[in-house]
Amino acid sequence: MAYRANILISSEAPGADAVQAAFLSKVQDLQLEDEVQVLATTALMGAATQGIEALVYPEGTRYVNLTPADAATIVEEHLYKGRPVQRLAYVEPKVTPLPPPNTKEVRVVLGNVGKINPFDIEDYIAEDGYMALAKVLTEMTPDQVVEEMKKSGLRGRGGAGFPAYMKWTLARNSPNKPKFLICNGDEGDPGAFMNRSVLEGDPHSVIEGMAIAAYVVGAEQGYFYVRAEYPIAIRTLRVAIEQAREYGFLGQNIFGSGFNFDLEIRMGAGAFVCGEETALMRSIEGKRGMPSTRPPFPAASGLWGKPSNINNVETYANTAKILLKGGEWFSSVGTEKSKGTKTFAIAGKVKRTGLIEVPLGLTLREVVYDVGGGILNDKKFKAVQTGGPMGGCIPEQFLDMPVDYESLASVGSIMGSGGFVIMDEDTCMVDIARFFMDFVQDESCGKCVPCRVGTRRMLEILNDICEGRGQPGDIERLEELGKSIMRGSLCGLGQGAPNPVLSTIKYFRHEYEAHIYEKKCPAKVCRALIEYKVNPETCIGCTRCARNCPVNAISGKPKEAHYIDPSICIRCGICSQVCPVNAISVE
Amino acid sequence: MNELALQAIIQHYRTSEEGLVEILREASRQAGYLTPEHLAFIAKALHLPQSQVHSVASFYSLISLKPLGRHVVRFCQDAPCHVVGGRAVWEAVQAALGIGVGETTPDGRWSLLTTSCIGACSVGPVMMVDDDIHGNLTPESVRDILARYDKIGGAA
Ligand SMILES: Cc1cc2nc3c(=O)[nH]c(=O)nc-3n(C[C@H](O)[C@H](O)[C@H](O)COP(=O)(O)O)c2cc1C
Ligand code: FES
Repeated sequence: MAYRANILISSEAPGADAVQAAFLSKVQDLQLEDEVQVLATTALMGAATQGIEALVYPEGTRYVNLTPADAATIVEEHLYKGRPVQRLAYVEPKVTPLPPPNTKEVRVVLGNVGKINPFDIEDYIAEDGYMALAKVLTEMTPDQVVEEMKKSGLRGRGGAGFPAYMKWTLARNSPNKPKFLICNGDEGDPGAFMNRSVLEGDPHSVIEGMAIAAYVVGAEQGYFYVRAEYPIAIRTLRVAIEQAREYGFLGQNIFGSGFNFDLEIRMGAGAFVCGEETALMRSIEGKRGMPSTRPPFPAASGLWGKPSNINNVETYANTAKILLKGGEWFSSVGTEKSKGTKTFAIAGKVKRTGLIEVPLGLTLREVVYDVGGGILNDKKFKAVQTGGPMGGCIPEQFLDMPVDYESLASVGSIMGSGGFVIMDEDTCMVDIARFFMDFVQDESCGKCVPCRVGTRRMLEILNDICEGRGQPGDIERLEELGKSIMRGSLCGLGQGAPNPVLSTIKYFRHEYEAHIYEKKCPAKVCRALIEYKVNPETCIGCTRCARNCPVNAISGKPKEAHYIDPSICIRCGICSQVCPVNAISVE
Repeated sequence: MNELALQAIIQHYRTSEEGLVEILREASRQAGYLTPEHLAFIAKALHLPQSQVHSVASFYSLISLKPLGRHVVRFCQDAPCHVVGGRAVWEAVQAALGIGVGETTPDGRWSLLTTSCIGACSVGPVMMVDDDIHGNLTPESVRDILARYDKIGGAA
């Protein structure tokens, strides 16, 4: 059923559910529910968040900083009476894209995100959508496409940064048939949500890229593997595929060229390892997502043993633009070996969290300070974790390093899919390493013994260190275990799992040592190693801390200095939050 | 869930091995969790050995083989959310529900699970209640959010 209008709400902003509920209830009040669709989406959010936003289509009016009362007004005025509410509107849409929050941003992959209506293929077509596919199918041979991709220098955006044209050529030259094309939309790295925004905000760009790759490879069937945790992305994609079929961009004899290609969506079921390409293909086949040894690579033997090409969402999303504007256009941005722009998800202790897209080669400092706005509350930068759970922590001394595949690798981290977690002086590096280890330990599929047993052992040691039971020799044990896990594991998960620990040991060894030898947590995070104390000079004896303490660890008479019994205290920190005179400190 | 509903899910996804992961996930979502009878029914419909169906079901975290409460809270336990204050919120959620991870309240209303990153890190700490994502959580805000769904019993 076609709706007359769509309302898209930025579901992540605080309070957005109330605004969405207000939209819905007003739509129902006015009996517009068959005509107007209210959808929550996360794609509107960039680093430049304007409170709760809504986009109303077909006009594309962008409303910002909304309250539930505004929502009702918009439904009544705009959707019922047909008069957009100028007071709440941001700018005339369609002509003005989302303003880049910072001049250092360059939006290629995110160019259409938040600007076009992802549920209307006409919007994508208006932005030159499917022109590249038309050009490729009617004017270019697969070899010419490969040549252009080679010129562009585009490298895979999902992990190791393998050149896209090479992968396509391998699958193309593989003799076996049929061939399959796969898009990896599993995006499991904690802290990464770039692919989701593209799928939710500009799904056709990925579909078009896949069709072009399929033409090169010689595949007629493609699969989107998307994690089930992204229901909005899946819904958007489903509509987009349907519309692309209606318009003849998918299906038989596309653009009268004799080329056939169609797409299906497959959902994951909550297993991180399924982002690994061989595990992913097993999951599509309906099996347990266990990785297997490579070679054979997917290009030779992939899905059901047939030649398969798998790329990340962002790799495909770049493809159509490259073929439309030329390989040289793309390679004019970036560094010598890392071309183009890259999307990153910025999370952690920066002022502006969210999604950004910048030319590769920008320095870490520019990303953290110029684009991310600097550290929250103007605290001190401590480290940035890149590359997800198989990546590493990069300390301050490398802030002026360019962000590209080789530079990140040279300091013991990886590009990965593009998650940046920024940490300040209040973050404990041992605690963080423990968190990442907990993650990989949990997600190890269990096939390789070093990965299964070794990660558990490393986690136990890290738990001991954080809980005050660290022993001399623990650091060395962690290093040895880490190396043997890397050597003895089949897939990238085990090979990279020790990275967060090894890189924090390398750059923050003193923090590990403080935990083990001095039984102190320098960042005052690890509870077993800190103590809450009342400063008797400052305490006014208001009794508020004692009344709020959940375990009755605080004693003292009214108007006299209070005392916290460290043997009872559970270090919840409530006392220091309720103290009116800041008399309680952490040591 | 009755056989008719299960049959509809199987029809919607494919009636072959290929559909298995998606069928199990969707059935688990709708039914709350899968019983041995559900697994047997699916195995028969797809002409697969029961052992294979069970082995696939036990691999994926979104497929539950254990009864869950009427509402399921999945708290994000990954580093980006942790860095921005996740621990205090996590404790507040446990206190509000009066249960720990993997547990269900005695009245059957709530189950508490953890999830890995759901891609909402820019508004962390984050939790999912049933299908809804809630971000920018504080220890103070979680009780109100949970109470919107159902009665909560734990300590204030
Ligand atoms: C444990 C593990 C998880 C992975 N997760 C993802 C993922 O979520 N998304 C992704 O695109 N690639 C992921 N990869 C990398 C893929 O195996 C593969 O290299 C990638 O999809 C290739 O696409 P690209 O060449 O376009 O980068 C993962 C690898 C490993 C070892
Ligand atoms: S880490 Fe919690 S949503 Fe990403």
